[in-house]
Amino acid sequence: MSVSKTAIGVTFEVVYLARLREAFGAAKETVTLPAETSDVDGLITALRGRGGAWAAELAPQRPVRVAINHALAVSAAAIHDGDEVALFPPVTGG
Amino acid sequence: MNVRVQIEDFDAGREIAALRARDPRVGAVASFIGTVRDVNDAANVATLTLEHYPGMTEKALEAIVAEARQRFDILEALVIHRVGTLAPLDQIVLVAVTSAHRGEAFDACRFVMDYLKARAPFWKKEMTAEGARWVDARASDDAAAERWRRDPA
Repeated sequence: MSVSKTAIGVTFEVVYLARLREAFGAAKETVTLPAETSDVDGLITALRGRGGAWAAELAPQRPVRVAINHALAVSAAAIHDGDEVALFPPVTGG
Repeated sequence: MNVRVQIEDFDAGREIAALRARDPRVGAVASFIGTVRDVNDAANVATLTLEHYPGMTEKALEAIVAEARQRFDILEALVIHRVGTLAPLDQIVLVAVTSAHRGEAFDACRFVMDYLKARAPFWKKEMTAEGARWVDARASDDAAAERWRRDPA
């Protein structure tokens, strides 16, 4: 994947899984964040700001897990151009 | 391949035979099979659909197996996890571990299963008489994984 860095910020793919995919009606999208808020916290805050299902599913008391490039990430983890960020509920396999 | 995500069912006997084949160092094999129950949270379950995150799932399982190898004196480890739509009585997951002695095999098998439940990106959706519902994660699963956390000495 080649996503070039632009003046407006950091551009990356966001993947939604399981309950979140159904609630948002989307499996993935391309998101651009200002470079200074380009981390997991910044992404969740931006998505929550859309209101509706976004605000409900990503409310602070709802547990959500985040992976960056297929590895679990903490809320302070930075997001870079071209990353694949996934948002999903706590896992229930096994 | 010691980590597999597949739609097809598995034959635990055949998998275990292959895992310990031609290795006379093996003195113990521990295995766990998870299956679909017909009742969960007081509702009858007709089918269970397992979704995963292709690309991350295999990496997560491989990381869990690698950590088990680091923590326990084991010889081989195998994880097979099914995805797609399953019914009560169906097999979901197989974990099998070989070692020289039983203690390490038992511990490593439980460790892999506990970490899989807390860290591998699978999600269950149940079809019940009242409709479809996503299964909620259980606090007890996080607690089971937490038990393996290494406290600083």
